Amino acid sequence: MDLASNTAHGMVSAHKPQGLARWLFATNHKDIGSMYLWFAFCMFLVGGVLALCIRAELFSPGLQFFQPELFNQLTTLHGLIMVFGAIMPAFTGLANWMLPLMIGAPDMAFARMNNWSFWLLPPAMTLLLLSFIVPGGAAAAGWTLYAPLSVQLGMGMDLTIFAIHILGISSIMGAINIVVTIINLRAPGMRMMNMPMFAWASLITAYLIIAVMPVLAGAVTMVLADRHFGSHFFNAAGGGDPVLYQHVFWFFGHPEVYIMALPAFGIVSQVIPTFARKPLFGYSSMVYATSSIGVLSFMVWAHHMFVTGMPATAQLFFMYATMLIAVPTGVKVFNWIATMWQGSMSFETPMLFAIGFILLFTIGGLSGVTLSVAAVDVQLHGSYYVVAHFHYVLVAGALFSLFSAVYYWFPKMTGRMYVERLGQLHFWWSLLWFNVTFFPMHFLGLAGMPRRIPDYALQFTDFNRIASIGAFMFGLGQLIFLVNILYSLRHGKTAPQQPWEGANTLEWQIPTPAPYHSFNPPPQLETAENGVVLSMRDSGQA
Amino acid sequence: MEHPEQPLAGAYFVPAPSCWPALGALALFCLGLGAALAVNAMAWGGGLLLLGALCLLRMLVGWFGDVIGENQQGCYRQQEDLSFRWGMGWFIFSEVMLFAACFGVLFWLRLVALPTLGSLDYKWLYPDFSPSWPLQTAPQPTQSYRAMEAWGLPAFNTLILLTSGATLTWAHWGLLQGRRRQLQAGLLCTFSLGGLFLLLQAFEYHHAWTAWRLTLSAGAYGMTFYLLTGLHGLHVLLGSLILLVVWRRVRRGHFDRQHHFAFEAAAWYWHFVDVVWLLLFVLVYCL
Ligand SMILES: [Cu+2]
Repeated sequence: MDLASNTAHGMVSAHKPQGLARWLFATNHKDIGSMYLWFAFCMFLVGGVLALCIRAELFSPGLQFFQPELFNQLTTLHGLIMVFGAIMPAFTGLANWMLPLMIGAPDMAFARMNNWSFWLLPPAMTLLLLSFIVPGGAAAAGWTLYAPLSVQLGMGMDLTIFAIHILGISSIMGAINIVVTIINLRAPGMRMMNMPMFAWASLITAYLIIAVMPVLAGAVTMVLADRHFGSHFFNAAGGGDPVLYQHVFWFFGHPEVYIMALPAFGIVSQVIPTFARKPLFGYSSMVYATSSIGVLSFMVWAHHMFVTGMPATAQLFFMYATMLIAVPTGVKVFNWIATMWQGSMSFETPMLFAIGFILLFTIGGLSGVTLSVAAVDVQLHGSYYVVAHFHYVLVAGALFSLFSAVYYWFPKMTGRMYVERLGQLHFWWSLLWFNVTFFPMHFLGLAGMPRRIPDYALQFTDFNRIASIGAFMFGLGQLIFLVNILYSLRHGKTAPQQPWEGANTLEWQIPTPAPYHSFNPPPQLETAENGVVLSMRDSGQA
Repeated sequence: MEHPEQPLAGAYFVPAPSCWPALGALALFCLGLGAALAVNAMAWGGGLLLLGALCLLRMLVGWFGDVIGENQQGCYRQQEDLSFRWGMGWFIFSEVMLFAACFGVLFWLRLVALPTLGSLDYKWLYPDFSPSWPLQTAPQPTQSYRAMEAWGLPAFNTLILLTSGATLTWAHWGLLQGRRRQLQAGLLCTFSLGGLFLLLQAFEYHHAWTAWRLTLSAGAYGMTFYLLTGLHGLHVLLGSLILLVVWRRVRRGHFDRQHHFAFEAAAWYWHFVDVVWLLLFVLVYCL
């Protein structure tokens, strides 16, 4: 199984460009993946600082540090940056790095376009951050940019709109690349129904991105037209309808939730079998569950709008459709548990984060089912219960899975091991302070505290203090991760080709660190479910 | 270093490092910032827009030039060709979703929002508003306007686009049967019909805007009309430019009976734009 010889024959040869040009002009999926991941981490820090500003303001009732206008800008930009700058790029970066290695592709299908997808992110994020210093400040309508607020704000909103256009172009091209790579560049023998779950999850996610990012672009373009070109799409007096904005936005927004969740499912489906040393339980049901989520996620958007005065029939439809999504999601959770059942488990950092994911994502999923009940949602809508819910799904869900993935694949990417003790500390620290931050928010929401307000009634003080302390400690803990990564990049122990005993997907069959070019021409594979490689040989053409 | 032009047997073509994506990123940054400044009538807006557009143009010329060059050197074989096909297909799917969202806006306004605004609940706000379609005014009265008429220019435009679809298919037959003159003529016809369509559309816009006072601010009818037809017009423009490039490539002797995906991609795009127009004609002009 000597693929090192195979990899050296790639047609762009082993030549590795140096200096700035290597990154600026990159066509190598590993380089581009690394840029994505570092960029996402930087944005995670920026978004995190905004979150800490929010929590500092909410430490006490009354106005401490920020005027309400600025507070609203902070919540808005925190959301936009975390969604479009941190989580989505991080998943795209991982897909870039790992997909070709997991399915035996030489690179991404469109290597140059891949580079453009990445390099559109810094300009878009610059526009977004620039909006803080223009007259009127940044967008302050919440990350959902609801009309009529978004129609009335200053020019920061225009910068946000164009940033979203650019982000849309970036993520659509990234998604097309992922889809085509998976469909067309699998190595011979890597059948679709044997693909790693991470590849399946990335495929469905990419399809969702291609389907809904244009809808978001349409929505913000209409906001732009309302702002500057005299139309009244979202103004009833002019024949439009503000509720229409919510429909268009959430038609994008709900699938977006799965765009940030499905890759996490994929990662966990790789990590759990490795550390349980058992094949993934119910692989094909995982595939069908993921696909059905891909379909169902288009039919539930109005559960974000139960208080907009929908007819009862529509409320019932969207309520039951939303509950229906709990079925495939439940299938996944049970499959992961069944995979661990009677496995010979070991608890390295990736596994800890994966198990933490399952536990906390399930809590977030259950509070989601609670919110799906229209009658309950009328009470909880726009409250901190919603904030608690989606942070369980996005922080303990998407973010934990990303940490799991980075620890899991760090040896393959860099050739070095991370420091296990620091990793464990990072996990337990994050787990503890995450819950200290977000669990009290459930009670705040149930007690009626509204979100996106810099001030609150006195009786909410205690829980807000707890949440604020938790947030700062959680933020501090992420430095452990950064230190671990920076230290291990230079001084970590040299990693073997297969650092995890139970890992048997394709990326572990090539040398560590992964050579600059791999699988060109592709190897001949014999595979089993979830990307397990039974045998691999040179295709004989090299 | 082996040259990227000589791929190994069985290997997939991975292009060498390229400066075009970075230039494209710069271009979109200038366009985004320039547009944000321009819509607020601030200094530098127009200049940045122009700079961005020039960068984008340079990038497109350089990038597609590279792709065409690689193609002519035989870097793309069956697997690469298939990648382009899938890529184009998914791109068109994203465009379909963009139009779907805009048609959704039209349906929502016509079927839900306007009947609600005209209902008894809103009589105290807009006592004189009646939600007939095409609207004569918005709920809050603006100056009145005239709606478009389907069976004048729009019907003629429909005929033009349908004909252009036929001439494009005729050109494709020419290509498949090796009749290069027919191919060239067909492409030229299609391109010209696209241009004619755009001219007539511009004329129609001008007339509607000035003589009939149908503007973007003329209520639900005006804004959905310009949203949908304007978006479609931009696509016709892009499709025409693609056809122009394909025509130039044909004149330089590119494409043969087996390998001509650029032509097919242009044709897919053009037929997609055609179908959208048919929907527009029925849903915006006729109904
Ligand atoms: Cu939702």
